[in-house]
Amino acid sequence: MDQVLRLRDVTKSFGQGDARIEVLRAVSLDLGAGQSLALTGESGSGKSTLLHICAGLEPADQGQVLIGGTDIARCDDVAAAALRRASIGLVFQHFNLIPSLNVAANLAFQARLARRHDAGFQADLAARLGIGHLLARYPEQLSGGQQQRVAIGRCLAVRPRLVLADEPTGNLDEATGDSVLDLMLELSAQAGAALLLVTHSPRLAARCDARAHLRAGRLGPGAT
Amino acid sequence: MPFNSHRLKPAPPRPPPPPAPPPGGGAARPVGRALAVLWLGLVSAQAQGFAGLGLEVEGFAAPQRGHALEFPRDHGAHPDYRIEWWYLTATLSDADGQDYGVQLALFRSPYAPEEREGFASPQIWMGHIGLTSRDAHFAAERFARGGVGQAGVSTAPFEAFIDEWRMISTAAPDQDALDHLELRAGTAEFGFELTLQATGPLVLHGDQGFSVKSFDGRASYYYSQPFYQVTGQLDLPDGPVGVTGQGWLDHEWSSQPLSDDQQGWDWVSLSFEDGHRMMGFQLRGHDIFTAGTWVTPEGQATALPPGALRFTPLDHAEVAGREVPVRWRIDWEDGGVSVITEPLNPHAWMDLGISYWEGPLRFSGSHSGRGYLEMTGY
Amino acid sequence: MNRAALGALLSHWARHPFQLAMLLMGLALATALWSGVQALNAEARAAYASAEELLADGGLARLEHPSGRMPDAEFGRLRRAGWMVSAVVEGRARLGQARVTLLGIEPLSAPAGGTGPALAQADLESFLSGTGFAHPQTLAEMGDNGLDLRPSGAVPVGMVLVDIAQAQDVLDMRGQITRLTLAPDQRKGLTPLAELAPDLTLIPPGEGADLAGLTDSFHLNLTAFGLLAFAVGLFIVHSAVGLAFEQRRGLFRSLRAMGVPLRNLCALLGAEMALFGLLAGALGLVLGYLMAALLLPDVALSLRGLYGAPVPGALQFNPVWAAAGLGMTLAGMAIAGGQALWRLAHLPLLAPAQPRAWAQASARARRAQAALAVALALAALGLAQWGGGLVAGFALLAAALLACALIMPVLLAGALALAGRAARGPVAQWFWADSRQNLPRLSLALMALLLALAANIGVGTMVSSFRATFIGWLDQRLVAEVNVIPRDPAEAARIRAFVAARGEAALPVQRVDATLAGQPAQIYAMKDHATFRDNWPMLDALPDLWDRLAAGKGVLINEQLAHRDGLGPGDVLTLPQLGAMPVLGVYPDYGNPLAQAVTGLDLFAANWPDAPVRQYALRSDAPQALIAALQDELGLSSGQITDQAAAKAMSLAIFERTFLITGALNLLTLSVAALALFAALMTLSGMRLVQLAPLWALGLTPRALAGLEALRALVLAAMTMIFALPVGLMLAQLLLAVINVQAFGWRLPMQLFPADWARLAAGAWLAVALAVALPAWRLWRDGPRDLLKVFAHER
Repeated sequence: MDQVLRLRDVTKSFGQGDARIEVLRAVSLDLGAGQSLALTGESGSGKSTLLHICAGLEPADQGQVLIGGTDIARCDDVAAAALRRASIGLVFQHFNLIPSLNVAANLAFQARLARRHDAGFQADLAARLGIGHLLARYPEQLSGGQQQRVAIGRCLAVRPRLVLADEPTGNLDEATGDSVLDLMLELSAQAGAALLLVTHSPRLAARCDARAHLRAGRLGPGAT
Repeated sequence: MPFNSHRLKPAPPRPPPPPAPPPGGGAARPVGRALAVLWLGLVSAQAQGFAGLGLEVEGFAAPQRGHALEFPRDHGAHPDYRIEWWYLTATLSDADGQDYGVQLALFRSPYAPEEREGFASPQIWMGHIGLTSRDAHFAAERFARGGVGQAGVSTAPFEAFIDEWRMISTAAPDQDALDHLELRAGTAEFGFELTLQATGPLVLHGDQGFSVKSFDGRASYYYSQPFYQVTGQLDLPDGPVGVTGQGWLDHEWSSQPLSDDQQGWDWVSLSFEDGHRMMGFQLRGHDIFTAGTWVTPEGQATALPPGALRFTPLDHAEVAGREVPVRWRIDWEDGGVSVITEPLNPHAWMDLGISYWEGPLRFSGSHSGRGYLEMTGY
Repeated sequence: MNRAALGALLSHWARHPFQLAMLLMGLALATALWSGVQALNAEARAAYASAEELLADGGLARLEHPSGRMPDAEFGRLRRAGWMVSAVVEGRARLGQARVTLLGIEPLSAPAGGTGPALAQADLESFLSGTGFAHPQTLAEMGDNGLDLRPSGAVPVGMVLVDIAQAQDVLDMRGQITRLTLAPDQRKGLTPLAELAPDLTLIPPGEGADLAGLTDSFHLNLTAFGLLAFAVGLFIVHSAVGLAFEQRRGLFRSLRAMGVPLRNLCALLGAEMALFGLLAGALGLVLGYLMAALLLPDVALSLRGLYGAPVPGALQFNPVWAAAGLGMTLAGMAIAGGQALWRLAHLPLLAPAQPRAWAQASARARRAQAALAVALALAALGLAQWGGGLVAGFALLAAALLACALIMPVLLAGALALAGRAARGPVAQWFWADSRQNLPRLSLALMALLLALAANIGVGTMVSSFRATFIGWLDQRLVAEVNVIPRDPAEAARIRAFVAARGEAALPVQRVDATLAGQPAQIYAMKDHATFRDNWPMLDALPDLWDRLAAGKGVLINEQLAHRDGLGPGDVLTLPQLGAMPVLGVYPDYGNPLAQAVTGLDLFAANWPDAPVRQYALRSDAPQALIAALQDELGLSSGQITDQAAAKAMSLAIFERTFLITGALNLLTLSVAALALFAALMTLSGMRLVQLAPLWALGLTPRALAGLEALRALVLAAMTMIFALPVGLMLAQLLLAVINVQAFGWRLPMQLFPADWARLAAGAWLAVALAVALPAWRLWRDGPRDLLKVFAHER
């Protein structure tokens, strides 16, 4: 299988001396195209840090973070940004949208950054996400669920190889959250993107193809 | 009138001048006081080193016994003497029999024994006028420096002036310059215009005008014209009043102060109904020094030796916050004179930069008549 | 409860020390500029008052001779006539190292109430013997001066008080005096002065060289600048307070949810603002005092050079001034904080706690701002149409400037929208859209920048126009190659004969002081000479002007007199002695506070035969040879001779001084505006992270983001500058055509100086670049870490 994300012995710690906390200890994982992996763990277990490292937002201390064969952990800032632009879609709990742009511009933003904008594809995505009627609105005029749909649409519009989502439904009620997650899983699978979902909810984790659990910085198998 | 450079020295302790002028009309008062202090300073500062008789002090001349006075020259100013004045007092009455007193005094005191042209002149002049009635007493003062025609005394013709206040001779050429005088002075509040006609000769006090002032022999040149008949008009707040009466002019100059212990004096000029005149004073120090002159209606003068006169205060009045003896008994036992003086107005206080009591009186007892009383150092 | 709540409220500042610093600094600077200017004004006014008190001159009538002198016998003569007059000798003299005004008084006759006579009378004997008084500063400036002078703060700077005899000596005026002062109370029934002294002019109290009146316009200018600076400072405070309220909305909501009543919350916030107001006000007073102390020597020089006004170079501390300054600060704080407090009071308990741009939150506010701008513009138009006087002129200025400032954000938003529409590419579109959305946060700072820039352009244009006109005018007026000051009439005659014998022209300068149309004025004589016919600049004139002037058939007047009395060529002016004369022409007379008229020399000589020749203007083809001859053959001292270049240099120096203080305040105002922008950008940069983080996540590098942030500020500043140019030119036009005419009585043609604008733009851009550099650099350096915090903190 085409491995989109491959982590090898990734180590990360914060602080120094006695205050040093090892957040990640030799974490390794593989994620193939079209696959979804739910990463669970207690608060502070290092889930988000692992996600940030995968996105190149944060460097790893040691180990490899290969995205399509490129080690993003070895990239400088510019290269990491370029990789992110072209290959990675990120969805967070908050702060996903650019408040000064309307929904249409937000949807197109990353695709245009990556010079991969396809109006037809985007319109199709919007329709499937059920936000086709909101294109002229601004983020502040949207509900939380609508905002996250736009965020998912924007990240899929770039046709990323890897989708990284950090509690994307954490701010939504259960029903809305479920439908948003379903859409994300479905659409990334259809696009052949690998999806890494960070969540603390076993219920959501159960919807993914695979699960892993972070405990004290070490990755173990998730509950099935 | 006695001569003494401490004559106008205020008796210590003395309240300082008021910090602000009283409302209305009195705006010039503090300035006057400051000027008066200067005027005193000129006189007394130079007195500090004075020690002895007839010595020249810092270039100023001193009176000499036996020096003959010469008129009209000596009617004029003597710039080389440290202090000099022309002092006219008049006891007057109007048609209704109301009594009044009028005075005009011109003082001169330089800070150098010379005269110079223009504002550079060191001669400082001070003018005082007063007008007393039974109910009121007015006083005013002026200051000037010589050299610019603002104040001075000239001899041909005789004229003593400061600003528009003046005393000018209208005597005929064969008369003494002081025989006939025109007087005019005033302020916005009061004024007077008098004509004076002398009916007798000049009177030289002491030894031919050399008038001794203390036991250690300090002296001045001092003469008077005590025989004026006066007519004129007073300007009072209520309007003009025509008056007649008698007048007395003193001219005195010296450079010597009194002894340090002499704090003030009491001085009278008396015009007897029988035509006699008498001048007398006492200087109050450790000892009382008295002197005087007895003048017949014809002008024959007799100097009264020290101690011949006796001044006894009878009643005090509170004037300007001070206890002032305004009623006196004056005795000259050898001459058979014992009179009691009654002031026209006990509140005749000259509340000027230099302040003192000066006002008209009537006297009775062995003799009766009218006169003027001056009291300083209270 | 209040204590805990206050602690929670104040904790915000502990976490945002920079914001606190900006708030305090903005308020302190506003206070400093305002109170500094006030201190300058107060000091100068106190100096005028002390100058008048010296002789109690302001309240006294005076007697003067048209020639400026009279024999001192006049004093004695009038005194003997019963008039309570006092003699004064006044003149300029070089004593030691300084030129001073020597004032000789006669303390024995001086009316009570003057501080001068009081000083003299404190120790009259030494005063009469030659001991005088001068301000310690004057003493220091003079150095060894040959007089026996004691220091006294009661004597104005630049003046020396001595006895009249001494003044006559020093000024070489033995036997002569300058004027007589009349005591207020005089006896009735005196011979009238008109009969006693027909050749003396009686000048009623309060007329004549009233320094306070002459310098009013100068101080009004300063005050206007102070207010402008205060307004600019308030913009900083307003934005800082608004931001602080907005950032604490969540806290407010929590506090209210936990049971703190709204009233208490408002009171606590009010107390907090009052506390800051007091702190910043105190700091501002210190700064203002220091600023005033720093600027005072320049102001003093200006005032002394312009009006001969005696202003000391050292500042006194005045508690009333401090209280007024503090009051102004608190009022400013109330204005800045009142709006935020009002919003809080009307905030629903559960309003969203997310930070939202308060200006943007309500489109109503924007509409209200535009409406206010329109109303102010209308008011300005109304004032321009119907207003009169200097105060109306300044009101017009203020209304027009504020209208421009208020409308600017609306125009900027429009421009940004247009740019966004034209933009291709996602980043460009985002750039413009984001700039537009963040405009409300920056608009206050940009408005402050606009005001400062416009003031700079306006005042700069005015000063430069003035300078260009003034230099041209000087070249026309100062045509004489050599100027000579004769010491006395005999020497004047010698100079005239000497110069005539060399075949060169000596043009006499003679003048008398007079009152023209109720104003202090001077009447000058003008010889009929090609020098004047060919060069003398005229604004408006009748034909055959020079022939008619030479024939004594009319007068010339200066623009000040023409403006104040609405006179023009052909109108009739009444002059003392001369009676009604037609006005032949109006000439510009820049820098002169007094009214002036010019008559032909023959007419002048016939009416004022005693007026001394104060100066000769000599025309020569070989000026250096003439100067040498005057010195060698006529024995004139070099101090009596000025050549043309020196005269021009002196005039220009006076001119430059006049606007020195304006330039300094201009710079300060611009600095405050730059600080406002810096403050806004710094506070914004914290909030911007949240907006920038998604872009980072989407693949823009922090450096690109930092660059874009800097670019945005520079673009906004550039747009503000472009907008400031017409506003500044409008201001210049108002200053030249309205304020100057009202204040000084002259109108100047506006000239444009694009090079100055370029310099200003470069300077302002540099200031903005500095203001933007720190936040951009922080983003550049700490971008990844700070941006990550956004995501890390989200849970």
